[in-house]
Amino acid sequence: MTHLHRIQTLAPVLLTAVCALAGCTSLPSSAELDQQAVATMKASFRDQGIATVDRLNQDLGQRACSSPVPPSDELVKRIESESMATIKWPEGGRYLGDWREGEKLAQNGRGMTWTDASATPKDNGANCYNCHQIDKKEISFGTIGPSLWNYGKLRGVKDVADPAATPIVQYTWGKLYNSKAYAACSNMPRFGHMGLLDEDQLRHVMALLLDPKSPVNQ
Amino acid sequence: MKPLWMLAAGLGALAATPAPAQKSSADAIAEYRKMLEDGNPADLFEAKGEALWKQKRGPKNASLEQCDLGKGPGVVKGAFVELPRHFADTGKVQDLEARLVTCMATLQGFNADEIAKTPFGRGEQENVTALATYVAAASRGLRFNLPQSHAEERRMYEIGKRVFYFRGGPYDFACASCHGEDGKRIRLQDLPNLNKNPGDGVGFAAWPAYRVSNGQMWGMQLRLNDCYRQQRFPYPGFGSEATIAVSTYMGVNAKGAESIAPSIKR
Repeated sequence: MTHLHRIQTLAPVLLTAVCALAGCTSLPSSAELDQQAVATMKASFRDQGIATVDRLNQDLGQRACSSPVPPSDELVKRIESESMATIKWPEGGRYLGDWREGEKLAQNGRGMTWTDASATPKDNGANCYNCHQIDKKEISFGTIGPSLWNYGKLRGVKDVADPAATPIVQYTWGKLYNSKAYAACSNMPRFGHMGLLDEDQLRHVMALLLDPKSPVNQ
Repeated sequence: MKPLWMLAAGLGALAATPAPAQKSSADAIAEYRKMLEDGNPADLFEAKGEALWKQKRGPKNASLEQCDLGKGPGVVKGAFVELPRHFADTGKVQDLEARLVTCMATLQGFNADEIAKTPFGRGEQENVTALATYVAAASRGLRFNLPQSHAEERRMYEIGKRVFYFRGGPYDFACASCHGEDGKRIRLQDLPNLNKNPGDGVGFAAWPAYRVSNGQMWGMQLRLNDCYRQQRFPYPGFGSEATIAVSTYMGVNAKGAESIAPSIKR
């Protein structure tokens, strides 16, 4: 750490101390408040189980999307293209697994909290119903994301092997793998990129959404 | 405060009434929530908190009756709807729970750091929750009106806003991911939009609350702690600056909202 860097790191802390003593009459600048907020976050959390404080180290997109004001068009493009480059397409071009397993994963909202024992994909759910309607038979669904009822059917997927279906099949894989490739500040987690689900689990969720035999497409 | 037999009757009816088959699930859930309002076990925690407030305890064998919650020593009514606020003696903006711990340290001689490190629901933390329930209940029906005259109160609002929108962790979540839009749900749970006044008795104006699903009384510190757990964040310290800043943000946004705390939740 350079001397200059150390001063920059300490600046918000010193400013807070001075304000506390003197009772500052005016607010720090917006940029100073941004720095102070990051320092506040770092000082307020501790490791607990698998949930360690390095989770607060933001990447480009997390930092850019931490405001009610969306990032500039230029930054949005950069986040989306960098996210697109992270997508790992499935081994052997096999996109679909078993929709029954996909439904189980969609129902499962567990994983990655400090009360979970492990962070390996096998111990994680896909959390889908927390935010999306999927199979209409499940009435307990969230509304943060759009309804996915008839997802494949509405997009005309009759046979996933048909080249006509390729664009929607690839888009769906990419969206599950790294949602930020298509919307820089999407609310949806990056299931592949962040190591939340493995390839087989992603295939099962793909099947739930796209397999013409899946209850979602009836 | 409702008599105990009413609590028992309310909970008993819940267990005994079968839902008719033709009723929609949403109707059944609405009815379930209505029944819960008949008897709120939070009343028991309120009574315990009142007793703790008046009881001589701790190394100094003193009560909390001289505790200054922001409206002068011993004033309980109306204090809750003006917290978090700045306190000259600590030089800090404090929420209700952090302030209660300060009073327990200064008046009763308890060790504040030890209480902050105690897990929720254990030892003196259990007492802090009961005390918070009592203090909140004394402001039931009053409207939120947090002071913003001190520069540190305004700074904490600005920090809290940034904390609210801070995205991180393996799921890329911020508070705003779930609480930044109107009319959203996780599963069947309605989510208040907390970047503005969400209305009377909603969000910040509903905690402390009794959680029926786990039979626990939760203050705002535990409410935020479990939000951060589900946000897949690391563990927020009890009374840490981020938790008090985001409470200041929610409390100021809730200006004019009627407090129904202590409330009852699923």
